[in-house]
Parts: sequence; C-alpha cells; structure tokens
Amino acid sequence: MAQEAQKEKSMILQKEMIEGLFNDLANAKELGKKVCYTFIPGNLSELIQTFDMLIVYPEINALQNAMRKKSGGYIKEAERNAHSEDVCTYVKCDVGMMMKGNIGPTGQKLPEPDVLLLSYTGCFTFMKWFETLKREYPNATVIMVHTPYQENAEITPEMTQYMVKQFKEEVIPKMEEVTGIKYDEAKLKRHLKLSAEAEDWITKIFDTTKHKPSPIDAYFAGVYYIGPINIGFRGTQKAVDYYKELYKEIQIRIEKGLGPITPEGEMKEEKYRLVVEGPPNWTSFREFWKIFYDMGAVIVASSYTKVGGVYDYGWRHNPDRPLETLAEYCMNCYTNMNIPQRIELLKKCIVDYKADGYVTNSIKSCNSFSAGQLGMMREIEDSLEVPVGFIESDLVDPRYFSYSNIKNRLESYFQMLEQRKKMEKETAAV
Amino acid sequence: MKKYYLGIDLGSTTSKAVIINEQDKIIGRGITNTRANYKVAADIAREEAIYDARFTLLTEKLKEEIDSKPEFQKYMKDIRSVFQYRQFKRRMDSLEKTFRDTVNAFHYDNKEEILTEINKIIETIRPQIKNEFVNENLGSKNQFFRDIVSERYNAEVEKAERTLFEPLMLAFDKSITPVENEMVQFNFKELINESMKTLEAKYEGLIDEQEDGSKESWYYAELNAVKDNYKNVEYTLREHIDEIADQDIHITTMVGTGYGRALLPFPEDCIKSEILCHAFGAHAVFPNTRTVLDIGGQDTKAIQVDSHGLVTSFHMNDRCAAGCGRYLGYIADEFGISLNELGPEAMKAEKETTICSTCTVFAGAEVKELLHNGEKRPNILAGLHKAIVQRAMSLIARSGGVRNEFTFTGGVARNQAVLKYVKQMVTDSYGEVTMNIHTDSIFMGALGGAMFARRNIEVDLPTKQKSIETA
Repeated sequence: MAQEAQKEKSMILQKEMIEGLFNDLANAKELGKKVCYTFIPGNLSELIQTFDMLIVYPEINALQNAMRKKSGGYIKEAERNAHSEDVCTYVKCDVGMMMKGNIGPTGQKLPEPDVLLLSYTGCFTFMKWFETLKREYPNATVIMVHTPYQENAEITPEMTQYMVKQFKEEVIPKMEEVTGIKYDEAKLKRHLKLSAEAEDWITKIFDTTKHKPSPIDAYFAGVYYIGPINIGFRGTQKAVDYYKELYKEIQIRIEKGLGPITPEGEMKEEKYRLVVEGPPNWTSFREFWKIFYDMGAVIVASSYTKVGGVYDYGWRHNPDRPLETLAEYCMNCYTNMNIPQRIELLKKCIVDYKADGYVTNSIKSCNSFSAGQLGMMREIEDSLEVPVGFIESDLVDPRYFSYSNIKNRLESYFQMLEQRKKMEKETAAV
Repeated sequence: MKKYYLGIDLGSTTSKAVIINEQDKIIGRGITNTRANYKVAADIAREEAIYDARFTLLTEKLKEEIDSKPEFQKYMKDIRSVFQYRQFKRRMDSLEKTFRDTVNAFHYDNKEEILTEINKIIETIRPQIKNEFVNENLGSKNQFFRDIVSERYNAEVEKAERTLFEPLMLAFDKSITPVENEMVQFNFKELINESMKTLEAKYEGLIDEQEDGSKESWYYAELNAVKDNYKNVEYTLREHIDEIADQDIHITTMVGTGYGRALLPFPEDCIKSEILCHAFGAHAVFPNTRTVLDIGGQDTKAIQVDSHGLVTSFHMNDRCAAGCGRYLGYIADEFGISLNELGPEAMKAEKETTICSTCTVFAGAEVKELLHNGEKRPNILAGLHKAIVQRAMSLIARSGGVRNEFTFTGGVARNQAVLKYVKQMVTDSYGEVTMNIHTDSIFMGALGGAMFARRNIEVDLPTKQKSIETA
C-alpha cells in the first residue's frame, strides 16, 4: 500500500503543477503577466521565463481537449468556418476552441496572446496556424525564428550562429519591448541549469525500460511523463522535483519486478516489447492503449516522447553557452532531424531496449511526422530484421480513429509476433 | 480413429470451411454466402465441408474404378451436383411455405392474386433449376441458394403484371432471409439415396447423342459408358455408402478466421487473424511463396512471408474498401450482370477506359457517364478491373514489393480480368516472377486456419476439449 501511495505522489505533483499553470493563465491579467503562445518542438521555455511570461501551448490544449472528448465539436466549428477537411486537426481544434470563447481544457478561460512566438519552422502548418491567430489577435506581437533543418545530419557552427543572431536581433528585443523587462542573462543561465538537471532525470527515467519487465510504458504513460518538461516547467525546480520523485517510484517498481501501470491496474505479463514511431491518437487514447496492454504489449521507447527534445545522445542545455544552447535545442528536436537520423535513433532504441517489434502509428493530418515513415519502417525492417507493423489514425479528429480497423491490424501483428517467438524458441530448442 | 481439423474463414461476402487430415491434405471444402446470422453461415459452410469430405472418402474407396472406368468418373461428378440439388430442393420447399406466410401477413387486398403469381413463378423456376443442377452441372459453379433463386425469380417477376411488381419483390425480400438463416439438418444417407434415384431417372431417359464435333470425344465416351453401366456403379456405390455415411468425421480442433471471426462461437485461442491464415494456407499450397496478395470482399492484403510461411510484414487497405470484391459486386449490379460474368466481359475489351474513381459510389456515376458517351461496356469493365489492381499494387509496394514466388488468393483471384492485370503489373514492376494461382484460392484462409488448428492441438488440452464440444 505504501508503494501505491508513493506511486500517486508524482501524479499528484503533476496534477498540481498543471492546475497551477491553468490557474495562472486564467488570472494572467490580475497577475500582471504577459502571455506567450508557442509550440512544443523547439520551444524556448527558458527564454520566455526569463521575461516572466506565461506560456500557452496550442497543441497541448488541442490534445487535452481531445482526451476530454471536446475536439470533435471544435473541429466541426472550424470546418463550418471554412477550414478544409485536410487541415491539421490540432489547428482546427484550437481555432474551434477560440471561436467558442477560448475556454481551455480545464474549463477556465485562456488569456489572449501578447506574443506569438514561432521558434520551430520545420512544420509549415505552425506558420499558417499563427497567421490565423494573428488575424484573431491583431494586437499580438509576432516573433518568428527560422530553424535550419538538419539536412546533412549535423548542426554546424554557422547554423548555430545564424539562430543566435535571430535571438539577439529579433527575439530578445521584441520580448523586452512587450514585457518591459530587460534581458537578464544570469537569470536565463539559472533556468538552463535546471533544464539540464530535469533532462538528466527524464533520460534516466526512459532508460529504465532496459529492465525486464519494463517498469514503465514509454509511450502511453510516457506522454504523461513528458508533460512537465514540455509544458512550461522545463527550467524550473518544480520539474526537477517531479522527475526525482517519479524516478524514485520507478526504482521501487524495478526492485519489486513490477510491470507498467495501466488504467486497469498493473500489467501482469510482459509478452511483447515494442518501439513506436508517431504520435498517439488522443480521441480514443484509452481504447488505443487498451489494445496494447490487453495483449501484453509494452512500449519500451517511442519517438513521440522526444518531440520536446532528444536527449538520448547526451545533449543537454548548457548554461555556459546560453543562446547557442537554445539554438541547438531548436535544431535538435525530433522532427527537425533528417530521415536517416530518425532511423538511427529508432534503431538504437530497438537494440538498446531489446524490442521485439516496431510499430508506426501514421497520423493523417500531420505531414511533418508522417512523411517518410513507410521508408523508415522498411529500412528498419531490413537492417534489424524486426517485425514491423503499420496503423493509421489521427491526432484529435475522432472521425479518423477506426477502432475495428486498428484492432484487426494490431491483433494480426501480435499474432505474427507470437508466431515468430514460438518459431525462435523451437529453433533454439533444436 | 482418424483425426481431422477444421478451419472456418468468415469473410464479408462468403464463408468458407476446410477440413484437412493429419497430413494437411484438404479432404473437404464448403462455401456459402455470409449472411446476417454468422453462426448459420459458419455452420452451413462446415456442414458442406463434411459432406464434401464424405465424397472425398467415397472417391478414395472407388479410386481404382474411377481411374479405370469412365462411367464411374461421370457418375461421381453427376452425383455431387445432384446431391446439391437435393439440399437446394429442401430449402426451396421451405421458401415456398415462407412465401405463403409472408403474403398472408400482407395488408394488400389482392393477396390471392399475389400468391397465385408466386406459385406460378415457383412452378416455372423449379424445373429450370432442377435441370441446371441435374443436367448442366450448376453444382460446380459455386452459386448460393439466394443467388440462384433471386436471379430466376427476378426474371419471372419482370414478366408479371406491373401492378404486382412491388408486392412480389417485397414478398421475396421478406421470405428469403429467414429461409437462408434457417439451419436445415440433412441426413447424408437419405440425401444420397434420393440423389441416386434422381440420377437413375436421368440415365434411364438418356438417348444416344450423335457426335457432332461440338463436344470433346471423352464426353461421348463417358455418356455412353454411364448409360450402359450405371446400375453397376450404383451397386458398387451401395456397398460403401453405409460405411461412409456412418463414419465419424471427427473434428479434433478448429480455428476460425476472417473479418467476422470475433463473432464465431469459438474459444479465444481458436481465433486467428486472417492475415496469418491466408499466408499460411498459400504457403502450404505453394511452399516457395514469399509474397501473398489476397483480395477479399472488403479488404485487400499484401503479405510477406518467410520460408516457414510465417508472416514478416503485411499491409492492408485503410478506411475505404474501394477496389475490393464488394466493389466488383457493385459494378456488376450497375451493369445488371452477374459477378461471374464481369471478368469474361472485361476480357473482350479492345482497350482500357481510364476510370478516375475507385470510390465505389462515384464509380457508378462515372460508369453511367461513360456509357452515355458511347464507351463500350467491355472497355469500361477492363478499366475498372485495372483500377482495382492498381490499388492492390500500391499496397504491395507499401508492404515491401513482390518477392519470388508470388501467390494470389481470395475470391477475386477467380476473376480472369483481375488476374490478367495482376500478372501484367507485377511483371512490369518487379520483372519475371513465378506467379501462383490455385483453383482453391478462395479457400486459402480456411486452409491456413485448419493447419493452425492441427498445430495447436498439443498446446492446450482444456481448450481442445471445448472445441470438440463446439464442433
């Protein structure tokens, strides 16, 4: 029982953090705080905090609305207002929410943006999204940073300098102007130090899936774990405390040889270990997860949990080079890596975490994630001879989650894995 | 006691059953149309497979005679078709009765008139159908009760008074489904005795046909032999019938697959994904198979297998069933021809008309437009067939392409035009590969299921017990 209580501690912490965040947002005016809207990939949380601004992440609102079954209505609202069926469903969900009064997922009103900060340009939709928001909020200051793509699988000093120049000449001056606060590099450094600390912890946490059985699910539970580091707490002591607590709880699970916790309690038997590429479906998140844990499948690594930062190769925010490190962070986000880099990272996960299989959940409305996924899958299959599976759904549009289709494919996939395992056992016995 | 294993593939259009022996050899096949009541569909397919198995056993017993004497060959061929007719007749009797009940429950004033017309139709189509089964081998064409009756019934309704059209169609729609969902218990021995009587009448009435070169010479050889010697065949048959009819076709275990598998009353571990079953079945028949394409009623699957027949990867259509078997069914309806006629008609094409819509619904509109513009029917059909195969090819590409050897399975593999384009496009994209198509292609999923059933046997004894009870 003591463990149960401890297990809940990190969850309670996280709940408090998020509630606090939305409370602050609802009272931004009263608190006299400026509000910055920005996206998760390549987010400049530390810099925004240096200017004491509160942050709104539109895609987080969209996915939270989807988990609360509100996205379908918002999307319809956006479509009624001439947003096409093919537009990214995060955008439509967000636009629909604004049209209905900008009430956030917690039921509290979200503040209007003072700044629209676009610090990752790898997703073209992000630009169009903020164009739409600018039309809605003409008084907001738009700050756009161009993030070079890692076309040649590397970040050159020139690329970093190019971004630092934009920070110095565009981002910082505009933030000073909006907030009336002078740029304080010492403060930024303090935030960056705490970021690096949280990054160390989260890396250790996702590395615990090396254990058999894996004590955590690095995808379905992983999306909760990345919450604090992605949504505004990176660079704060709160995030460090949360991850320390979570790590402690996971250590206890490991000592006891326990598997991951699912919405229906502990997973009894770990039958398959998988690596998953692509975001999850949010509208039927529970049903989607259930298909996996019912079959005894645990996700030991996922690319989606790296969208807010790739720490696998040891990269951390470095307080000694504050602006350079922010530049590198932007360029180092998962979707800014080129396809061979993504393949290498996924292969490393499959090997390091001894995965039995690799599954792609391809998202209908997300081009920056989905483009190239089939080719990546083929290459991974060929080089590692690992059984691969491919399913399709969507982020937050409930119309694109076909339960029976997905279940049928996953069932076939798991039976295929089972057959393989049987065969390998028999071959080993001979 | 000999052990047999059953595989049931409950597809969206047809339900298939296959019984194998301990050497994985198929000894019985059964197929029927899938209907609202899945259990009945599965049961009918299984019953048919068991009858078929008895015929297989009978054929094995008479192997020597069949190999050496044309009259035995002819007789065995004929008796299967007649046997099917006897089953058909029972259902027809039931349909006739149901028609009466249906019409009596109508609120029309002219019930008597409707009933008289229905009786007239039945009196007309009964001998037609009998003739087709007994003399023209309808039994081998894999047509189902509903299809056979509705085709002829509709033709007769066309001839009836216009005012009766609506009640006649309504009476049919309301009567066919309960009859189809009725599980009729047949007695094999009774049916075969009836069949022998029917055959006796047929052979007695045979007259000498002059060889006019319109048929192969073996046709006359068989005909003459059976005419002179059928009593002898009957006599030999009777020696074995009791034994065969009483033999327990003991189904040791079974596996259910297909899109409706979750609804089968089987224990959970006796249910397998159709992807694995199709691959396993195709691989068993063609052991060098590395790529399997299966086009079924509502999905198309491209499957890669290893040297053991185990699936390494697969891809199937998503969210949309355009380009699958049901699409062909819809197109056949649009043209007012039967599904079996589609392929041959498309083969007559001089060129393929470009079809933009593989969306089933839009294709209908496009076809009408093309016909209106004077495009020839075979050319349009050829274009439609090509469009289907193009969709399948993109799935194959997604699953990793075609590896030698390539096996094509599923109901659609029976369509000659689809086959032609598959061959063409596979060769164009992947070069010369060995391409396998088997007459049993539609049964591959059920075969794979039966093979899994045989292999699962030692795994779980309590389950084994349960499946015997279910059987």
